[in-house]
Amino acid sequence: MFYRENGQFKTTYRSDQQIFPIRQDRIFISLLLIVAFVAVPLLASDYFLKAILIPFLILALAAIGLNILVGYCGQISLGTGAFMAVGAYAAWNVGVRMPAVPLVAQILIGGCFATVVGVIFGIPSLRIRGLYLAVATLAAQFFVDWAFLRIPFFTNHSSSGSVSVPALSILGVSLQTAGAKYLFVLCFVVVFALLAKNLVRSAIGREWMAIRDMDVAASVIGIRPMYAKLSAFAVSSFIVGVAGALWGFLHLGSWEPLAFDLNRSFQLLFMVIIGGLGSIVGSFYGAAFIVLVPVLLNHIPSWFGIPIAVDTATHIEQMIFGALIVFFLIAEPHGLARLWSIGKEKLRIWPFPH
Amino acid sequence: MSFFLETLFGGLMSGMLYSLIGLGFVLIFKASGVFNFAQGAMVLVAALSMARFSSWIPHWLGFENLILANVLAFAASAVVMWLMAWAIERLVLRHLVNQEATTLLMATLGIAYFLEGIGQIAFGSSVYSINVGMPKDPAFILDSIFEGGLLINLEDLTAALISALLVAALALFFQVTATGRALRAVADDHQAAQSIGIPLNKIWVIVWTVAGLVALVAGIIWGSKFGVQFTLATATLRALPVVILGGLTSVPGAIIGGLIIGVGEKLSEVYIGPMVGGGIEIWFAYVLALVFLLFRPQGLFGEKIIDRV
Repeated sequence: MFYRENGQFKTTYRSDQQIFPIRQDRIFISLLLIVAFVAVPLLASDYFLKAILIPFLILALAAIGLNILVGYCGQISLGTGAFMAVGAYAAWNVGVRMPAVPLVAQILIGGCFATVVGVIFGIPSLRIRGLYLAVATLAAQFFVDWAFLRIPFFTNHSSSGSVSVPALSILGVSLQTAGAKYLFVLCFVVVFALLAKNLVRSAIGREWMAIRDMDVAASVIGIRPMYAKLSAFAVSSFIVGVAGALWGFLHLGSWEPLAFDLNRSFQLLFMVIIGGLGSIVGSFYGAAFIVLVPVLLNHIPSWFGIPIAVDTATHIEQMIFGALIVFFLIAEPHGLARLWSIGKEKLRIWPFPH
Repeated sequence: MSFFLETLFGGLMSGMLYSLIGLGFVLIFKASGVFNFAQGAMVLVAALSMARFSSWIPHWLGFENLILANVLAFAASAVVMWLMAWAIERLVLRHLVNQEATTLLMATLGIAYFLEGIGQIAFGSSVYSINVGMPKDPAFILDSIFEGGLLINLEDLTAALISALLVAALALFFQVTATGRALRAVADDHQAAQSIGIPLNKIWVIVWTVAGLVALVAGIIWGSKFGVQFTLATATLRALPVVILGGLTSVPGAIIGGLIIGVGEKLSEVYIGPMVGGGIEIWFAYVLALVFLLFRPQGLFGEKIIDRV
């Protein structure tokens, strides 16, 4: 009843090609942005912002980056944590060695370094495919972990690779409160999500999808596999690198290589798969799921007043988390984004039967 | 020279262990097309149950015989692995038939989390020891050829022998028995195997059980060497380069891949490691496998990848 596109005629190519062709979607998104930019920083508590919203946004950004590679271009990567680490450490190094560089530029330069590393580790994808490639990308993960732990130059000779960022500020405005950090991250995420959405709708996005669906057929119709695959690696690792820099600078503040270990890579891959492969909005759902479930699992015993030893609780949490993932994969292998689109289809005719 | 040979032997022996874990991977991948990330978790659960049952069973039944305790614990752990295989087939695999490889991979990661959690709840999470009477003393061999002889760790040697025996037994099982033939048929072509009446679900349970037993042996060897603890679950990561180097679908590939990786790791750690600050074992194996794959994308013995439009 409320979600019908009757009467919304597309009379120009422009209106046919816009991101949200349905008016209700546009209204919904604008409302969502207003809530995110205005209402949330005013109303949300510091804990909520720091422990849930900021990690959620940053991980969603990283998931978008990974989704471009895995969901749109079909190249499985288990080395996402490594690219996040490169982004974070590169941005930190720029900040330490060239203090004049502003914060936003630091983060973007971090992304550029991640791009370079991503393309280098993407080169094997031209030869190796599928699960072999997935394992090969683990090389990136372990190599980068090792490099930041053992090569003192990258961490400015600090012990055990742990680094910390000084007080952040942008254009003279201090970024110390949770609200300010949240807004800063939100700006990044909105801009990059829009960029990614437009990219996958464009010619290059269609090339990626052609490669994903069948790379031999794609190259027969004139798509250059090398260009398509490496550009997917480049774009993906740029976004992931930026997310890594944000994660280090705004969420952690000080970190060591362990913050970007293999578990982070798995976590991101979970987000992409549970959210939905090949869906930008799915990345947000996946990130929300993966961020919220452990928080909920943490709180459930205390809500019911069940006393559980800490390590047992961790194990139970781990167990439930694993079971939930399996359950989700069985229930909806195409992810939350598919549920969302089914819901939208249903909503179009609701409350009428046809 | 004798130092080089010692390193080489050490590498071959740890390579044997990698082969063992890699074997579990290959078995499952061949039979069900699942890239089983939970293999490490299976090793952990198997080792935990072995360690705990070998101390529980004498306590319950009231006897003091190490050998009997170990035998009973092994049987109990085998039952645990069978139960696990059955549950995985029933609850997970059956519902995920025909899904994409990525989805299956993620599902096994979920299984890995679950197993790690439930294993540590059921069997406790401290460090346990397994004592199956492996010789602990080092020995010197070939002292007529080299001055002072070669230092060989007898424990490693026993472990390598056990692994070799297990591999031989598996090869026999696959070549000679009817079940083994059925397994090979399923590995070759699911649909064809099903159409001549091989029950796919039963085969999966068998394969996962066999992989569980392989994990059990690997867990016992690793556990009696380093103690049973959570780090056993990371054994998967050590075995991954082995299977991609050897080819995901090849049993001999897993063995030879394991030996290559084992030797490569040890030699690189000893000869290249000091130049760059050490600790390169973990990524060297991956880079070695990666470089190898650039020349042979399907691994050493994997099935040739043929593209058709």
